[in-house]
Amino acid sequence: MIEITNVYKTYDTGNKALRNINISIEDGEFVFIVGRSGSGKSTLLKLLLKEVEPTSGKIVVNDMNLGKMPRRYVPKYRRRLGVVFQDFRLLKDRNVYENVAFAQRVIGASPRKIREKVPSMLQMVGLSAKYKSYPQQLSGGEQQRVAIARALINRPEVLLADEPTGNLDHHNAIEIMKLLDEINRMGTTVVVVTHSNEIVNLMQRRVITMDRGCVVSDEEGGLIHED
Amino acid sequence: MRISTFWYCLKEGVKNICRNVWFSLASVATISACIFLFCLFFSIVVNIQYVVKNVEGTIGITVFFDDELTEDEIKRIGAEIGKRPEISSMEFTSAEQAWENMKNDYFAGHEELAEGFADDNPLAGSASYQIFLHEIENQDQVVAYLQGVSGVREVNYSNSAAEGLNSFNAIIGLLSLAIIGVLLAVSVFLISNTINVAASFRKNENEIMRYIGATNYMIRAPFVVEGIVMGLMGAGIPLVGMYFLYLRSVGYLTTRFQILSRIFQFLPLSQIFPYMAVVAVLLGLGIGFFASFFTIRKHLKV
Repeated sequence: MIEITNVYKTYDTGNKALRNINISIEDGEFVFIVGRSGSGKSTLLKLLLKEVEPTSGKIVVNDMNLGKMPRRYVPKYRRRLGVVFQDFRLLKDRNVYENVAFAQRVIGASPRKIREKVPSMLQMVGLSAKYKSYPQQLSGGEQQRVAIARALINRPEVLLADEPTGNLDHHNAIEIMKLLDEINRMGTTVVVVTHSNEIVNLMQRRVITMDRGCVVSDEEGGLIHED
Repeated sequence: MRISTFWYCLKEGVKNICRNVWFSLASVATISACIFLFCLFFSIVVNIQYVVKNVEGTIGITVFFDDELTEDEIKRIGAEIGKRPEISSMEFTSAEQAWENMKNDYFAGHEELAEGFADDNPLAGSASYQIFLHEIENQDQVVAYLQGVSGVREVNYSNSAAEGLNSFNAIIGLLSLAIIGVLLAVSVFLISNTINVAASFRKNENEIMRYIGATNYMIRAPFVVEGIVMGLMGAGIPLVGMYFLYLRSVGYLTTRFQILSRIFQFLPLSQIFPYMAVVAVLLGLGIGFFASFFTIRKHLKV
């Protein structure tokens, strides 16, 4: 569960990125966070990743109060989150298998565990046949699947996706959203930050709309209408 | 730490070196140059100290005793003096022996001139002890003690020789420390630069690692390995070079300039090299470890 209460964030530059944010996301929910550039979506994601600290307010993720969390616990906290970016952020000098295994390696998983888990994760995202391919040999949609596999291999409770379809064509964008939907149905809480009205309207899930650092609407099965 | 994690960090560290091969080579070359110079100074300083030690062994304190003392009494006092821990050896010269030595030194070839003293030793009462010390620095202390011993008439010693050797030792030590300090700073700066470049090459990877939940230790390890490997390479190359250079130089100097071998005794390689190797490896290891450890800290912001 994600509980954001009375959160404000003002950067050192004086930019008031978030003002009095109150959001509650239940376990297993699928939530879109939408809004224009500069509305505070990315800052919200950064707060959830504990990349930045709120100026005031309280954030609790999976019963962990981020405000009271010592820095040394941050890596352990992040292992319970999965994160996917618009630009995939894959390692170009490693193939698909190694990119996914990387997430296990860096948290000290045993080679046996890595050998067991990586193939099944690749199968889940539909890339078993391409495990030897390098990122530059894959399409954008396939690269994003690798990024999702990497985000999920450590079995996170929450998956945060920052514009996951931003670099994809319509077909691939739909495919990625279907995959995220499938992941959500398996019990993972999914939070997607997006610009794409089309995707949001297609999925018909909860939509939180932000504008100038405030939550302006929070609707279940929401639709975005073109201005 | 799992063995697999250890190998992973090692592999990534070596990969870092290969990825920035020219930067890494430049760093290794600089560390090599620094450690080579260190080894060179080390050899020079150790050899000079060896010579100084040998010279120290030849600088003695001469102690003369009161005229009325018999030889047995003088030897008893000598035995007491010999108990001092600063003293390495003592030589007794009786009055008769002193006269014999003088005859040999000054009347050689003109023995008839010394005949006039046949029954009257002009050096009667000049029985003495020649005292040699372990450390020349202790000379003042021992002289003060000797001057206070009952029965001692006179203590002769060379203050300037002792002081000269001491200050020469100190100057050489300070000079080498200063040069080594500058070289160390240059090496640390260069390794730090190389690690910075490696870190910027791996910025994307480090970011991903942070988001996945890798600990700082795990992010830092490949860079520290990189630093250590470069440090060890930087120590190994000059050590091999120094090994052969020392052998050749000593061989050349002692055969080509034979006069040197009479005044200057070189330390054998087997005595100097193990210490030099240990210090050089520790130096390389230390430079590599600390430079990389502290440089990568600023890239670890979570």
